Amino acid sequence: MKLLVPVKRVVDYNVKVRVKSDGSGMDLAGVKMSMNPFDEIAVEEAVRLKEKGVATEIIAVSCGVTQCQETLRTALAIGADRAILVETDAELQPLAVAKLLKALMDKEQPGLVILGKQAIDDDCNQTGQMLAALADLPQATFASKVEVADGKAQVTREVDGGLETVSVTLPAVVTTDLRLNEPRYVTLPNIMKAKKKPLETVKPADLGVDVSPRIKTVKVSEPPKRGAGVKVPDVATLVEKLKNEAKVI
Amino acid sequence: MAALVIAEHDNATLKGATLNTVTAAAQCGGEVHVLVAGENAAAVAQAAAQVQGVAKVLHADSAALATQLAENVAAQVLALAGSYSHILFPATASGRNAAPRVAAKLDVAQLSDVTKVLSADTFERPIYAGNAIATVQSGDAVKVITVRTTGFDAAPVTGGSAAVETLAPVADSGQSAFVGRELTKSDRPELTAAKIIVSGGRALGSAEKFTEVLTPLADKLGAALGASRAAVDAGYAPNDWQVGQTGKIVAPTLYVACGISGAIQHLAGMKDSKVIVAINKDPEAPIFSVADYGLEADVFAAVPELVKAL
Repeated sequence: MKLLVPVKRVVDYNVKVRVKSDGSGMDLAGVKMSMNPFDEIAVEEAVRLKEKGVATEIIAVSCGVTQCQETLRTALAIGADRAILVETDAELQPLAVAKLLKALMDKEQPGLVILGKQAIDDDCNQTGQMLAALADLPQATFASKVEVADGKAQVTREVDGGLETVSVTLPAVVTTDLRLNEPRYVTLPNIMKAKKKPLETVKPADLGVDVSPRIKTVKVSEPPKRGAGVKVPDVATLVEKLKNEAKVI
Repeated sequence: MAALVIAEHDNATLKGATLNTVTAAAQCGGEVHVLVAGENAAAVAQAAAQVQGVAKVLHADSAALATQLAENVAAQVLALAGSYSHILFPATASGRNAAPRVAAKLDVAQLSDVTKVLSADTFERPIYAGNAIATVQSGDAVKVITVRTTGFDAAPVTGGSAAVETLAPVADSGQSAFVGRELTKSDRPELTAAKIIVSGGRALGSAEKFTEVLTPLADKLGAALGASRAAVDAGYAPNDWQVGQTGKIVAPTLYVACGISGAIQHLAGMKDSKVIVAINKDPEAPIFSVADYGLEADVFAAVPELVKAL
């Protein structure tokens, strides 16, 4: 079974990004970029499925600018077999990415697609579900455990209030939650090996997909600032302030 | 045109998240209709009909809808979608699961975690873990939206008198099946609806200490318990207690952060709380930058003392 693992290049999760003063977007000049943390978990899960003998080949995919090649090389270093970059400078929204991935699915016919549950830049949490809908496949989102057997995947999902287990018929789309696994560190020899693995580049037009954005960003602004707080010297003062000043208890 | 709200429920009770979504829907202009898709959920449909501002309740009842599988819920919504300009889901685990499926089938973009309705086609939503607010405009004919519940007041649960209309339920997709559910048992208020939240971080050191130190305080305040990702990953608290960008987004009246440093991802989940109290022994902890009241102290000493003083 082939696995398809879409990965996104995003601002590193440790970076505190700032809004551009003209309100046109975020200031990303010179900022460190990395693979979206949920996608790392997705690649790791795919590699584990291959190590278990469930999967035969892992294809990592990324959509975006030329530099997404670096993100794909990271996926290859973790253990993906080959990579596809859908190269475009256009602003890509989840619906467009889902359509690009659907086109690649038609070509590659994977048995399972594993994506992160959300990207930490746009915080959308849509692409996996949209891909499942477009391909008319079942979905198992926010996965914390995945077991594949007999043409089905049994997936434990993190839901409000606890955990829920569903069984989906393959092919299917799974999105990863934080606790699915602990992604491995890439080692230097594997980074070197990853440079030799195949990386194919296609354009959205080659896949026949119109990627024009449907949602227009009018402006981006700073969130409202909280008023400066105070430090209290002891518990008694804290209780007094909560009772009489903030009146919340 | 009208707005359709997808009710969040467990077949027995209508969940609070639905009420905030009704408020958001009313701000889109036009009538508000509520879809209750479930099994033996007549009581939920009745409850939805009482909610102020709801003009009509659509009730679809079938075994296929019992467990809110995304494939079936989305199909049920799509069967109705033609008559609506706005389709709104609460941004809960089940809403986030089904909404993008509906949007993709309609070939429209989805607006996630909307915190403000500026007009029928323009909305605000947080991006980059809440470090920025984007004003976005949708050109699509149907707006599929998930609503961040903490951004909107709950609609009153009485005062409405909507008609309940029975719908023909969709057939089971057969693509997925529900296997089981393991819910965390708790007598406490639900995290996302709680007025007061007591939250703990890595500094608590163990699951035993987490319970021993924080439970008396939560009991005293009638609060829900929350946790940082570090505390959840270390196994001190269950996953669904996690507050943050990738866990629950909360905005209680009072949020007490005990032994939580305040990483960006955690702040994204709680910085809209009315009053924030931080108890931490590290004076440099970023949590103090958002706290209204900061107490620089060891949680193991300060929290029991606080319980006594209340």
